Amino acid sequence: MLVIQQLVNGLMLGGVYVMVAVAFTLIIGMLNFLNFTIPALFMFAAVLMYATMMGQLPFGNDLILSIFGMEYRWVAGIIVALVVIALASLVIERFTYRYMKAKYGDATEHALPLVSSLGFLIIFEHFVVSTWGSDPLTAVSPFGQGTFSIDTIIFSVPQIVSLLLSLVVVIMLSVMLKATKLGRALRAIAERPDTATLMGVEVGRIVPVVYVITGLLCAVSGILFTINYATVDAYVGDSVATVAIAGMVLGGLGNVWGAIIGGLFIGMLEVMSIYIVGAEFAKVPIWGLLLLLLAFKPTGLFGHTLIGKGKF
Amino acid sequence: MSGYMEAQLIILCLSIIYAYGIFLPAASGQLNLGAAGFITLGAYASAWFNAGTGAELPMWLSIMLAMVFTGVIAFAISFPILRTRGVYMVLATFAFAEVVSGIAINLEFVGGASGFPVDDHADVTVIVPVTILVILFSFYFMSTRLGLALRSIHDDESVATLFGVNVRTAKVVAFTVGAMLMSLGGSLYGHHYNYIEAQTFNVLLSIYILLYVLMGGTQTAWGPLIGAAFFAIVPETLREIAESAGLKWLAEGRFMMFGAFIVLLMVFRPEGVMTRTLQNRLGSGLFRQKKVVSDDAGGGS
Repeated sequence: MLVIQQLVNGLMLGGVYVMVAVAFTLIIGMLNFLNFTIPALFMFAAVLMYATMMGQLPFGNDLILSIFGMEYRWVAGIIVALVVIALASLVIERFTYRYMKAKYGDATEHALPLVSSLGFLIIFEHFVVSTWGSDPLTAVSPFGQGTFSIDTIIFSVPQIVSLLLSLVVVIMLSVMLKATKLGRALRAIAERPDTATLMGVEVGRIVPVVYVITGLLCAVSGILFTINYATVDAYVGDSVATVAIAGMVLGGLGNVWGAIIGGLFIGMLEVMSIYIVGAEFAKVPIWGLLLLLLAFKPTGLFGHTLIGKGKF
Repeated sequence: MSGYMEAQLIILCLSIIYAYGIFLPAASGQLNLGAAGFITLGAYASAWFNAGTGAELPMWLSIMLAMVFTGVIAFAISFPILRTRGVYMVLATFAFAEVVSGIAINLEFVGGASGFPVDDHADVTVIVPVTILVILFSFYFMSTRLGLALRSIHDDESVATLFGVNVRTAKVVAFTVGAMLMSLGGSLYGHHYNYIEAQTFNVLLSIYILLYVLMGGTQTAWGPLIGAAFFAIVPETLREIAESAGLKWLAEGRFMMFGAFIVLLMVFRPEGVMTRTLQNRLGSGLFRQKKVVSDDAGGGS
C-alpha cells in the first residue's frame, strides 16, 4: 500500500514536471535551442504567486487587497503571474531569437540564444534574491489541506486538481498543434523554417506566440507549485527544470506527448528512488537513466531524428 | 597584498583554469555543460589521495594522480558523449555532472553529504604559477596542429574531414585534456579551501564556466582568460561603484545588471569579446604590421 501511495505522490509531482517539460520540448522542437529562461519563468511565476497572495509585492499590495479582498487574493496572484510572465516572454523573445535572427541569419548558429537565455536566468534569479531574499518563502495555501482517501491511499485535492489541470492544458495544446491553422504553422516552422517562410508562414509573428505559450505553461506550472507545495525560493526553477529536462529527453525531444509521459514517469521515478534508496541517492537513477538514454537512444521514446541536429 | 585582493585573485585563477578546461572542447564546437562533474572528480580524487584516511601521498602527486584519474574517466565517457551533438551533447554532459555529484554525496569514505576535509594547503604562491602554466599550455595547445584541427572542426566539420583531419581523435583529445584541466582546478580548489562538498559544484557553476568561455569567445585562446576576468571583475566593480555612490539597490542587484550585460553582449558581439578578427586588428595595431592575412575563413561575425 505504501508503494501505491508513493506512486500516487510521484504522479502528482510528475504533473508539475509535465508542463515544464512540454515548454522545453516546444522550444527545442520549433526553434532548436535549449531555453534556460524556462526555469527562470517557472520560478518567477511561483514567487509572484506567493508575493501577491501574501501581500509581499514591491508595490500595489493595497490596491490588490482593496479590489480582491483577503479571500480572493489568490485570484489576483494568478492574474499577476500570468500577465507578467507573458510580457517577460515577449522581451525574452526579442533578445534570444528575433534580434539575432534579423542580424545574423540563423540565430541558432552561434549558441547565441543559449547564452542570452542564461543571461536572463541570472537576471530573474538575482531580481528575486534582491527583492525577496534568498531564504525559502512560505505561502499559506488558500485551499487548505483538503484530502480524501480511497482505501488507505491519501489523495490531496489541490494536487489532483492541478494534475488534471496540467493535463487538460497540455492536451488542449496538442489539439491546437494538430488541428488549428496556428498549429499547422508551428509544425511547419519546426519542420523547416525557410520553407515555411516561402509557404507564407509569417515566422516573425509566430515565434513570439511560441514564446508566450511556453511562458504561460511555465507560469501555470509555477502557480500550481506554489499552491501545492507552498514553499518557493529563487532557485526552485533550477531543480524542477533539470528534472523536467530529463523527462523531456526520455519522451523524445520535440514531442509533446513524449514530454507528458516522460514528465509523469520521471516524477514517479524520483519519488520511488527517494523511497527506495533515499533522497541523497535519488539523483543517480534519474541522471544515470538520462545519460544512458542519450548515449544509446538519443531520440528517446517517441522522438524525431531531425531535432537537435543543428550546431547548438 | 590585502587578504581581500588575495581571495579575489584565487577565485579568478580557479575560474581561469576551469574556463580553459571548457574552452578546449568548445574550440571544436562541443558545448560541455558538465564542468561541475569533472571538478568534483578532481577535487575528491586529489583529496582522497592526499588524505590520512586515503593514500597519504604528497599534494603534488595527488593532484597529478587526480588528473590522470579524471582523464581516464573522461576518455572513457568521451566516446558515448561525443556521439551526441548540439543540444544532446549539452544534455549528456550535464547528466554526467549530475551523476557524479549524486555518487560523490553518497560515498562514505569521502565524507558523504557532510563534506570532506582536505589535508594539505595550497596557497596563492602555488595557484598563481599553476594558472600561468595552464594559460601558456592552452596557447601552445591551440597553436599546434591539433589546435588548428579543432578550429577547423569548429568552423566546418565536413570540410575538416575532407582535408584529412581525424575529427574523432581531435574531439576526444580536446575533451579529455579539458577534463584534466578542470580536475586540476578542482584539486586546487580543495587544497586551497581545505574543505570540499559536492553541493558546491552545482549546475550554476557549470553554467557560469560555460558562460565565461562563450562570452570571452571560443575562437582564440584569449577568450576564456577575458571571459573569466570579466566575470571576476565586473560584478565586484559594480558593487564598489554602487557602494561608493550609496546606491544600495544597485549593490544588491549588481548581478541583474550583469545578466543584462550578458544579453547585450550577445547582441553586439555574438562570437564573444575576443574574435580572430579583433585579435588580428589589435595585433596589427600593436606591432605596426601592414596587414595580417589569416589563413582561416570565418573570423569575426
